[in-house]
Amino acid sequence: MTNVHVSLKNVTKQFQREGSGGVVHALGPLDLELRSGEFFAVVGPSGCGKSSLLEVIAGLSPPTQGEVLFEGKSIGGRVPDGIGVVFQEDASFPWLTVADNIVLGLRKIPISNEERQARVDRAIAMMGLKEFTNAYPAQLSGGMRQRVCIARTLVMAPRLILLDEPFGALDQQTRLLMGEEVLKLWRQTGATIFLITHALDEAAMLADRIGVMSARPGRLMDVIETGWPRERDSRVVESPAFGEITARLWKSLRAESIKAIGKADAAS
Amino acid sequence: MSTLRAWRGPVLMIVGLLSAWQALYWITGDIALRSPADTIRHSWALFQRPAMWPHIRETATAFSAAIVIAVTLGMSVGLTLGFSRLAGQVFEPMLVALYSVPKVTLYPILLLMFGLGISAKIAFGALHGFIPIALFTINAVRNVRPILIKTGRVLNYDTSDLVWRILIPAALPEIFSGIRIGLALTMIGTVLGEMFASQRGLGYLLMNAIGLHDVDLIMSITFVLIVFAAVVSSILLAIDRRLHRRV
Ligand SMILES: Nc1ncnc2c1ncn2[C@@H]1O[C@H](COP(=O)(O)OP(=O)(O)O)[C@@H](O)[C@H]1O
Ligand SMILES: [Mg+2]
Repeated sequence: MTNVHVSLKNVTKQFQREGSGGVVHALGPLDLELRSGEFFAVVGPSGCGKSSLLEVIAGLSPPTQGEVLFEGKSIGGRVPDGIGVVFQEDASFPWLTVADNIVLGLRKIPISNEERQARVDRAIAMMGLKEFTNAYPAQLSGGMRQRVCIARTLVMAPRLILLDEPFGALDQQTRLLMGEEVLKLWRQTGATIFLITHALDEAAMLADRIGVMSARPGRLMDVIETGWPRERDSRVVESPAFGEITARLWKSLRAESIKAIGKADAAS
Repeated sequence: MSTLRAWRGPVLMIVGLLSAWQALYWITGDIALRSPADTIRHSWALFQRPAMWPHIRETATAFSAAIVIAVTLGMSVGLTLGFSRLAGQVFEPMLVALYSVPKVTLYPILLLMFGLGISAKIAFGALHGFIPIALFTINAVRNVRPILIKTGRVLNYDTSDLVWRILIPAALPEIFSGIRIGLALTMIGTVLGEMFASQRGLGYLLMNAIGLHDVDLIMSITFVLIVFAAVVSSILLAIDRRLHRRV
């Protein structure tokens, strides 16, 4: 039996709607187990509760019901040590240089100065940011800024990395390459990765398992095992299995996406 | 090359203003104005006189104290109201209302509260400056992108870290714009305060000169105040631009 790294039992999330007093049922009930060291991707129609799920796992927002365990311990009101998060939005601090942004990840971690510098250097090298060490985020492209955020997460040496559509704002080619980078760092760090994406091909290419979510309130409809070897890259898209996986993803998602669009129409 | 271009605008403006002043002087003559050359010469002479120094010191002290109070108070109020939705909703309209009241109408009250000395001037100067600083700070705090705060929580920052390491640096360019405007208004407030019920300071001298119709003195003091304000404003504007370029 493989190690369970994160487990969600019967988790739901509801939001208080502003003013009116109503509630938005965003998520669940949902059960999910992430295995130690696996690459898990989540796909689902927009607004189905993917980000809400990530924030619940991260300890950024408490579940309305149910229980979330990280390494066997219940997640309290704070982000547990060992969890790193990269958001879709640019979260680099514009008033700090690339190096200073990255070292922030280590502020609360008690390590020696040499170790600190070594970790920062390693993350900078890994993310290809060497020439930009002293640049400010405003001088970088969107993709580069996202690398800064990933590097800031990496230096913390997280055992679980949560990525919320981190390449959503990038063009297709850059996204494929960034995907390969994530695969590489997944192999190098041995961390568990939880990746939210709206791109089915991205999920099919990167993950060991793919969770498919329904329209809001998001539940897990299907979990697909890709069966890729650990040593893999974007060339898996050429294999027949890749076509089968994306076809199966789309089959599950088509009806849900139509539902989600219908809801958006009704809401507007 | 680029520094040359950066200086061209301000230099052209100064030359333009001096020419307009000179032209105006040719039209109106000595009754109401002095020429730029005369004014500069007279200002120079004025500041050689030892009798001037207590007045300059008085104004400088009052202004310095007022700006320190305006910045501290404005930022504290702004951070508090920006942070707390409810407090913001209650007090922000009051600040805006206070901002639009001609502050001279409040001066008698300040005089009663602080007496006729330097404290009333300081209070009057600070009153002018602190409101825009507070309003700009409220806005700046509200406009801080929530993702930055969320990132702080992922980095396990406590509340004081969130304020000092994220909120204030993120809001600083905007706050600084407020300080720049607040500084100009504080100066106006301080000098205005000296013009009434005061026995010392440049404002008092100016008021006296008006009474005596001493055109040389009026022109010199005004000139010196304008030069001081322009220099300080340009420095702050340069910093302001630098801060905003990074965002
Ligand atoms: N803080 C919040 N307050 C109220 N409603 C929210 C909040 N966050 C998310 N929602 C709602 O919950 C639903 C799921 O949102 P989200 O998790 O962001 O979806 P996704 O990431 O899949 O696009 C949406 O309908 C959204 O409007
Ligand atoms: Mg989302």
